Amino acid sequence: MRVLVLKAPGTNCDLETADAFARLACTPDVVPIAELTAFPKRVHDYDIFVIPGGFSYGDDIAAGKVLALQLKHTLLDELLAFHDRGKFILGICNGFQALLKTGLLPGPSSSADAAPRVTLSYNDSGRFEDRWVRLRFDPAQNPLASALQAESLESLECPVAHAEGKVTVSSEADLHSLQDGRRLIIRYAHPDDPEFDAARSVLPYPHNPNGSHGNIAGFSDPSGRILGLMPHPERAARNYLHPLWPRCRAQELRFHAGLAFLKAVVAVAQGRFS
Amino acid sequence: MTWAIEVYLRPELYDPEKERVRETAAELHIATPAVTRYCRLYILEGAAGEETVAHVARVLLTDPVAEQFELYRLDGTRKKEASGDVAYVLFHPGVMDTVAQTCEAALSILDIEPHRVRTGRVYYFAEPVPASAREAVAYRVLANPAIEKVYWDRIDVSVFRAAPEYRFELVHVPLRAMDDEELMRVSREGLLSLTMEEMRALRDHYHALGRDPTDVELETFAQTWSEHCSHKTLKGPVHYVERNGRGQTVREINFRSLLKETIFAATETVRRLRGDHDICVRVFTDNAGIIRFTPEYHCCFKVETHNHPSAIEPYGGASTGLGGVIRDIMGCGLGAKPIAGTDVFCVGPLDYPPEQLPEGVLHPRRVLKGVVAGVRDYGNRMGIPTVSGAVLSEPEYLANPLVYCGCIGLMPAGAENKAPRSGDCIVVVGGRTGRDGIHGATFSSAALHDESAEVSGGAVQIGNPITQKRMLDALLLALEERLYTCITDCGAGGLSSAIGEMAADLGAEVWLERVPLKYSGLSYREIWISESQERMVIAIPEANWPKFHAICQQHGVEATVIGRFCGTGRLRLYYNNHQVADIDLRFLHKGCPVRTRRAEFRLAEPKELAPDGIEQYAQDQGKLAELLDRVLSDYNVCSKEWIIRQYDHEVQGATTVKPLVGVRQDGPSDAAVLFPILTPGRGLAVSCAINPRYGRLDPYWMAACAVDEAVRNCVAVGGDPNHIALLDNFCWGNTERPEQLGTLVRAALGCRDAAEAFLAPFISGKDSLHNEYRGKLNGQEIHLTVPPSLLISAVAVVPELNRCTTMDLKKPGHILVLVGETRVELGGSAFAAALGWHGGQVPRVDFQMAPRIMQAISEAIGRGYVAACHDVSEGGVLAAVAEMAVAGRLGAELWVPDNPFSDGADLTRAASAISWLFSETPSRFVLELAPEHLDSLAALLPRPELLQVVGRVVPPPRLLVQASSQGPILLEADVEQLREQWQRPMRW
Repeated sequence: MRVLVLKAPGTNCDLETADAFARLACTPDVVPIAELTAFPKRVHDYDIFVIPGGFSYGDDIAAGKVLALQLKHTLLDELLAFHDRGKFILGICNGFQALLKTGLLPGPSSSADAAPRVTLSYNDSGRFEDRWVRLRFDPAQNPLASALQAESLESLECPVAHAEGKVTVSSEADLHSLQDGRRLIIRYAHPDDPEFDAARSVLPYPHNPNGSHGNIAGFSDPSGRILGLMPHPERAARNYLHPLWPRCRAQELRFHAGLAFLKAVVAVAQGRFS
Repeated sequence: MTWAIEVYLRPELYDPEKERVRETAAELHIATPAVTRYCRLYILEGAAGEETVAHVARVLLTDPVAEQFELYRLDGTRKKEASGDVAYVLFHPGVMDTVAQTCEAALSILDIEPHRVRTGRVYYFAEPVPASAREAVAYRVLANPAIEKVYWDRIDVSVFRAAPEYRFELVHVPLRAMDDEELMRVSREGLLSLTMEEMRALRDHYHALGRDPTDVELETFAQTWSEHCSHKTLKGPVHYVERNGRGQTVREINFRSLLKETIFAATETVRRLRGDHDICVRVFTDNAGIIRFTPEYHCCFKVETHNHPSAIEPYGGASTGLGGVIRDIMGCGLGAKPIAGTDVFCVGPLDYPPEQLPEGVLHPRRVLKGVVAGVRDYGNRMGIPTVSGAVLSEPEYLANPLVYCGCIGLMPAGAENKAPRSGDCIVVVGGRTGRDGIHGATFSSAALHDESAEVSGGAVQIGNPITQKRMLDALLLALEERLYTCITDCGAGGLSSAIGEMAADLGAEVWLERVPLKYSGLSYREIWISESQERMVIAIPEANWPKFHAICQQHGVEATVIGRFCGTGRLRLYYNNHQVADIDLRFLHKGCPVRTRRAEFRLAEPKELAPDGIEQYAQDQGKLAELLDRVLSDYNVCSKEWIIRQYDHEVQGATTVKPLVGVRQDGPSDAAVLFPILTPGRGLAVSCAINPRYGRLDPYWMAACAVDEAVRNCVAVGGDPNHIALLDNFCWGNTERPEQLGTLVRAALGCRDAAEAFLAPFISGKDSLHNEYRGKLNGQEIHLTVPPSLLISAVAVVPELNRCTTMDLKKPGHILVLVGETRVELGGSAFAAALGWHGGQVPRVDFQMAPRIMQAISEAIGRGYVAACHDVSEGGVLAAVAEMAVAGRLGAELWVPDNPFSDGADLTRAASAISWLFSETPSRFVLELAPEHLDSLAALLPRPELLQVVGRVVPPPRLLVQASSQGPILLEADVEQLREQWQRPMRW
């Protein structure tokens, strides 16, 4: 599996993202955006296209905005073709912001309606925050959901680190249309109460760290092969990065679940789930 | 045409900026109507018509879901639509506007012809703002006058006129004909900060040359000889006299160089004693100290201060402070990759009454919020985790806040050697040069006064971290291929310092007109001394230039050849073929007149060990509970989670022990540990220590305690005490006054003795010596001097992952052990501060025993005996155990030993108990152990009495303090309540 890790000016999670994929037996390349826009077809040398976290173009104007504009103007056709060939597009944090602003997410609606109107806006806390959260995945009918199931990954703990990560929809109808059963919906979850239904109830701060509507942390397009999420699975790819590791390192705990999550992405890109 | 676009959130969405305005106004007691609409403002100047501008607004500037915009021609006569007032905030001309730069670049992506973009902010108020309140609302709530201007109700477009073109004219300063008074006038009015002796030396120098200096020559001397760049006080001769309480001289030392004979000397001693195990690679010579880490990588560490700029513009000051120290790492050796940042802030009382602020002084809360935001935005955007720090709040910092920023980097082994060669090109890389920061170096070498903000507005800079991030990415690639021979950063003094230093043993000629400028109108003098951010200077052999240039282009980094190194021993500057300077480099670097400074210190008389009536806290549980509350909620002790979470302390995927640890990740870790991806299996612990409260009593013990605490913090998380390096940062008052220099000498002696005791070398340091303020408070003259503020930072190797240890309680049934001897040392303690008591003995380090304790703890951690480990510092054993319980969400019993003190102090039993709970004797740790490890731990210690079993971990989350394990209860408190007390003060 070849993984293209896109590096724009201000991208800063490229190395740990590449490192995580390398540990999944993939071959990651960190590619500067100038190189790619000069040769857009190069994207087809790869199986997974990742926009990692960071502050592309300083997040000036709005987070991911200028990177999205650049992608839209130079790479959109190739990226759509890339996706049509069954390949995977992943945006983490700033990458999610950029994917939303290119329109690659939320992607076409499954019904005849227009695509749901959704964006990422400023955290309710009013500031950048780095903290660990628990995530859960809604059941969905798409390859990514199946791959996660095959990994028996129902939940995931990893950090968020952003100022503009509040999933914001225009209306209840948009929220409803987003949760169409085909998209994978990743929600912030209650760390202590596994029964807590984040799809229906308001999850308090800081478990929902930014005030996202529907407690949504990330979602895929209906194909399950374009995925964006605010939290950072690549920062939970090693046991010792988990904050509770010093408390129970002797035990067999799945503190590196971020790696299992990315493994599911790789499995989908390999076409093992469809 | 000039267009204005106002972008605002849909009204039903929550707008944090409106909330910030409300909160700031309330904090400062400024009555202001509510903000009904907050807009980001974009001003476009160019040829585009309305349709094009609307397109730009739609696709570039506005979020289609969350935002709306309004577009109008900006002709200066726009009528208010709001019923209340409207305030427009715009940058002063020439201030860095990063968003505007990005917009201009984005227009080219949209295939729109170039436009000049400006950005600003607009605030619509619900009602008119009374004329009397406008100034306060504008410049204390909405904007900072150092960088911004507020227009009420309409923007004055006349400010957009382009700056006039610069017309070359060579300026000479007729120094030779000047008398002393005129010399000093030139120094003062030119903001040169040169002393009388220095001005005279320059006059004599040019007299001998038979000509007058040019303005740019004089500036070059002022920059190079400034305290900020040359550190002439600490590197120079000092005559030190120490007197006892009766005024009799007890010690006299003549230093030929204070630093060389204290801190550098300690490092030499340590290196010699460590022999084959010496960890130093390059110390005190480069931009940062360099130590061995792995066979492939060295570690480098530097901490800088940026106090004066932060006092005037906290956000810009702190962000450029961090940006600058990151460049120190990028320019250390042939370059290193920054892997972590540190920050320490000293500010005035956070609850200070706003009405009583001296003139020209920002409120401490505003300062702290600004400096945190500055570090946050720079560090996060650069992708460098800020992992360690401290905040101190003391009255003397009111007008002189201190901002320390540090950076750690990894450097490929071998890259520590650098030197330019004759014939190499001088290349400036990164940001463009503007008027920003002119006279930063000389400004920081003078005291602040109430007009500092106006006089030195040019010294304020705003950083652009993305420019620096691009430069970093390009330079790391160029480093891999070893394309250049030397590199240094452009910090204080700008090109004049960077090139002056690089050329010191060689010579250089520089063509100033080639330096890329942000805007026209700069004179050759301004180009040479500008302190614009994000620039570095490299020396590159001509043959490598094309390849280097190609790498830069690929990363969108500007790089320009502006001169050449040559073996002339002279620094020659040209502007369009006119020679504007010709300086003898030897005189520049060696010609600064040396002056012996006087230093005096008077030892304090011994004070009472404990305050009167201390027994009451042992007799009344409520009183002790209330006292503990005050200690835990002391701003110097309380939780800094509000700050830590705003920093991306986990970027780069290496932060193994995080700054906040425990069940809920809210306990204060003693140090952070990083296991970088580049160096698998080997980590670095990073810590810091600073305690000006001890400094007020005795700077010698303050220094020794700070070294002890920095080492202790690293050891507590698993660091190896045999592989630890120290940094010193002195922030002092005006050391031209002998009593100020005296306290500094005392502190330097403490550093020396402690470093030698721990065999921990100092590898780098910096000083800032004019942290004084003269101004007015309610019409009265006031003079504020910072207390002795020595920051010690430490980095230690963590040889394996499994050594990582945290401070949160882990398991009921475990025992709590205090290691290290306790003396009645309450002077300068959090306990003393809580009582407003000024007596007590300052904590002292036992130089024989302390290093052996560190070794024993390290050994115990390595053998896996230690479940939790916490250093005992501010607040003593009681605060340490309370923090451990909070972090672990478990209960603890704490038993005051029957004979708690090693020094057999003459106190009642009750006074002893309370003193023991709060004493801040250094070199102590609280350990949580499984009971079966107790004997093995004891066997590691040099003396059995260094270990006392002082309690145990229990399941119910309550802290129980008893006089001995069966004795009466002194205190019972819910862990939840302790957490609340500890977190409440800074839950902002």
